[in-house]
Amino acid sequence: MLYFSKLRITLVSLVSIFFIFIAASNFQNSEDSFVSKKINLGLDLQGGSYLLLEIDNEPVEIQKLQNTTTVIRNYLKNKEITFNDLRIQNKKIIFNVPNDNVQLVETFFLDKESDVNPYYFQYKSHEFDVELQNNEFSLTLSKYGLIEIKTSSQDQALEIVRRRVDEVGTNEPNILKRGNNRILVELPGLDDPMRIKSLLGKTANLTFRFVTQNNNDTFGTEMLQFENGTSEAMVSKRIILNGENLLDAQPQMNNQTNETVVSFTLDRVGAKRFGKATSTGVGKQLAIVLDGKIVSAPVIRDTIASGNGQISGNFTFQSATDLALLLRSGALPAPLNIIEERTVGPDLGQDSIKAGVIALMIGFLLVIFFMFYKYKIFGLIANITLLINLFFLVGILTLFEATLTLPGIAGIILTVGMAVDANVLIFERIKEECKKEKNNIIAFDTGYVKSKTAIIDANITTLIAAIILFFMGSGPVKGFSVTLAVGIFTTLFSVYFIARMLTGLYVVRNKEKTKLI
Amino acid sequence: MINFNKFYKLFNYISLALVVLSILLLFFKGLNFGVDFKGGTLIELRSNDKGINVTSLRQAFNKMNLGDFNIKKFGNENDFLIKIEKKDTSANAIEVIKKDLTSSLGGSFNFRRVENVGPKVSSELLKSGIIAIALSLAAMLFYIWIRFEWQFSLGAILALFHDVIITLGLFSLFSLEINLSIVAAVLTIVGYSMNDTVVIYDRVRENLRKFSDIKIYELTNISINETLSRTIITSATTLLALVSIYLFGGEILKGFSLAMIMGVIFGTYSSIYIANPILVKLRVSQKTILKEDTE
Repeated sequence: MLYFSKLRITLVSLVSIFFIFIAASNFQNSEDSFVSKKINLGLDLQGGSYLLLEIDNEPVEIQKLQNTTTVIRNYLKNKEITFNDLRIQNKKIIFNVPNDNVQLVETFFLDKESDVNPYYFQYKSHEFDVELQNNEFSLTLSKYGLIEIKTSSQDQALEIVRRRVDEVGTNEPNILKRGNNRILVELPGLDDPMRIKSLLGKTANLTFRFVTQNNNDTFGTEMLQFENGTSEAMVSKRIILNGENLLDAQPQMNNQTNETVVSFTLDRVGAKRFGKATSTGVGKQLAIVLDGKIVSAPVIRDTIASGNGQISGNFTFQSATDLALLLRSGALPAPLNIIEERTVGPDLGQDSIKAGVIALMIGFLLVIFFMFYKYKIFGLIANITLLINLFFLVGILTLFEATLTLPGIAGIILTVGMAVDANVLIFERIKEECKKEKNNIIAFDTGYVKSKTAIIDANITTLIAAIILFFMGSGPVKGFSVTLAVGIFTTLFSVYFIARMLTGLYVVRNKEKTKLI
Repeated sequence: MINFNKFYKLFNYISLALVVLSILLLFFKGLNFGVDFKGGTLIELRSNDKGINVTSLRQAFNKMNLGDFNIKKFGNENDFLIKIEKKDTSANAIEVIKKDLTSSLGGSFNFRRVENVGPKVSSELLKSGIIAIALSLAAMLFYIWIRFEWQFSLGAILALFHDVIITLGLFSLFSLEINLSIVAAVLTIVGYSMNDTVVIYDRVRENLRKFSDIKIYELTNISINETLSRTIITSATTLLALVSIYLFGGEILKGFSLAMIMGVIFGTYSSIYIANPILVKLRVSQKTILKEDTE
């Protein structure tokens, strides 16, 4: 009944000592500590930037529609089916076919093995939803067509974002997918995200195209502004080279003009195309277009066959470095918008830790004095339990390398306040039992048994709140739910294994005492 | 023994009045949502120049044409909190503010914290906050329904609603800011208040099994008294911890700990004065739980 085997006492003591060591390792240098694990500090405590980026997929959707339009045009031409009025309108591809061909064309799109409208076997749905009215077809991207676009552009964007962030060289960035069109970037220790933000804000879509005066260019033309916004030029839509052909880009000082430039190296295909274009186009202006704006448009003086070139355009060293970085890391599939940003400076983080630790110590002391005042010896037992509980809590957070946030510290302090509850419930129950029962040992035992359901129920309700908070909350609040939940388990363990043993040992020694508690 | 049951009626009327008042406040005055839920920009600023004060900062920000904004002292003498309502998420908005500030006031500023939340994210956060609170209430209802009879479940949930609504009502009355951590606080209040109610209910159930001849009106009073010292001690230690967070935990945790303090006070009160009278109203008797036992 009230017997604790030596083995049990030893085990409980060993577990306690183990967690005290683990918890203590957070306050030592990593070299001479017992374990190499440490609690991670959240961005709100160590300082850093949190950026939530949303991918604007509209350009990708439109591009997809344009590509599909071309595919449909060629397909119908190959099958020698006449069609009219093929156009994109309100994100729909619309065209007419003569009445006698409607059925034939419909099978092209609705056939499960359709080449123009794939995905059927993957999703049991086509890439495009087809609507037919009289003899007019209209195609819209289906739910799965959109998902496919979103996930693939998210994958690409994630890769490019990672490259760009890595190039800037912050320590241990955390880059994650969120939903199917968002990317989360966490940059610990970075207190001014200005540069990263401007780097992530650019698509960096680079093209080389000829400046033309000829309106009847077969590929079409468009008016584009120069980067400095002062003038514009007509540029062919024919793309000679794009960013994908770049092998490398570096900022450089041009010795002759004393100007900062970005020098680049092209891959084999790019070098070939560039050589051909520069040989046929001597005397023409070649526009270097970045994200729809002309960076510069130098006149081609000579054939460039080496695959090396330079981009000039009133760069400072910083802007040339950034452009080179963007070109090296590649273009984003779609523009990114920063929809949430949270930055905490390192000194505020320090202050928060300091305030949190002070609040924890004061809260802990207040609770300890109060408990000792109320329960004397039993209060002391509750306090020892509470202290060990605290080590358990910190130790487990360390073992799992959990992230500690400011609300997380609040969660620990709150656990200190609430953890004594279980012991209080038990002590009060023992007190009651002592009134009826002369035998201290029996009173002690019934006290534990009878308080059990209340303790379990009470802790489960708090656990439910913590779990919901974990799944619904974000960032720092999540940290709170983690400490709260872990705190419940450590509390129950320390109450039933440590406090029970200590009270048990005390009760056995004071069997005959009249006023036990 | 204290006769809590004598005051059931009185406190029920008071509670009802407080809940109605809170709902009216929530409807007509509304809540003061922070950037998390309303979108906009928040800047915590530390000035190295002692001459800078709220007035001079206000003048400087006025010149920037940022729309509605709000400046207040934040803890330390030279710390300020600026909230800008405009949902400008352009990449360099903060940079522009920094430059403008230095050019109009001179001196150097340390942007200790910057939060910029777009309208889409803020409405999502609000939605998930509301869902989280609703979900936790539902989960509690379900749990108590499984562990006890439905009468207990109803009493516990009404007590929870009471606590949550009055806490929010007080936030509305004093125009305290509602942000993500307040949602966390409300959820913890839900957990705590439940915890408190469950302990008393557990005792009520136990006593119902024991005594067939005592009316529920008396029985709840006995149960409250039997658990009273536990109720007081646990509330006291929890409040000690919370007050210490409020006083020493730094500016950021002030709202959070204040909400929790209110919640613990109301939670303790409601587990006595809401949860128990409901059992009386619903005429809970030994039969209610014996049915459960035989099943």
